[in-house]
Amino acid sequence: MDVLYFAWVRERIGLPKETVTTTAKTVAELVAELRAREDRYELAFSDLSALRVAVDQELTDFDASIEGAREVAFFPPMTGG
Amino acid sequence: MRIVVQEAPFDFGQEAEAFANGRHDMGAIVTFTGVVRDFGQGGLDAMEIEHYPGMTQKALEKIASEAVSRWSLGDALVIHRYGRMEPGEKIMMVATAAPHRKDAFEAAEFLMDYLKSRAPFWKKEHARTGKTDWVAAKDEDEDALNRW
Repeated sequence: MDVLYFAWVRERIGLPKETVTTTAKTVAELVAELRAREDRYELAFSDLSALRVAVDQELTDFDASIEGAREVAFFPPMTGG
Repeated sequence: MRIVVQEAPFDFGQEAEAFANGRHDMGAIVTFTGVVRDFGQGGLDAMEIEHYPGMTQKALEKIASEAVSRWSLGDALVIHRYGRMEPGEKIMMVATAAPHRKDAFEAAEFLMDYLKSRAPFWKKEHARTGKTDWVAAKDEDEDALNRW
């Protein structure tokens, strides 16, 4: 699946998008896998209360299933308007 | 209902006029436009707005559709820019048309509250000093959603 990062999450991880092969069933499990990879992921995901997630371009929460998902995106709280 | 996400500037006057024109059953048109604001002493060089291309249009459509149905609007317009903008440039606008002003005002406020916290845009300030800062979401923006 594609994993996308926006704003400071993108800057901390150092890339906007990557393709990830995972057996994770939920967003939280995916986050745990990513955090275990490298320090830059650990740093980006260290405070989940500062992050939001969208699965297939719909806002959801960290307990959400990602089974069958094509795209998961992580970003800080939005600041539109 | 028209939703536009674009990098280029828009003509607020022309958009407002086109939106208001030719409506015989709508007694109230409300427009709001958001402008890049300098944080004093000319300290802001530019505002950079990032967005989530695949999601932005859909998220805005969902928010606008809810406004249209909750306030029985005749129409709604949302234009939101992304990219780099200087102080004084218009970032976005909303317009609502309703038979009566209360609905038009409330729906415009609802749109603005939801655009702030539920549309996938992120603002980054570039100061003249060269310092950059992502604008943090405010608790009161999240709280503002609870009134609806």
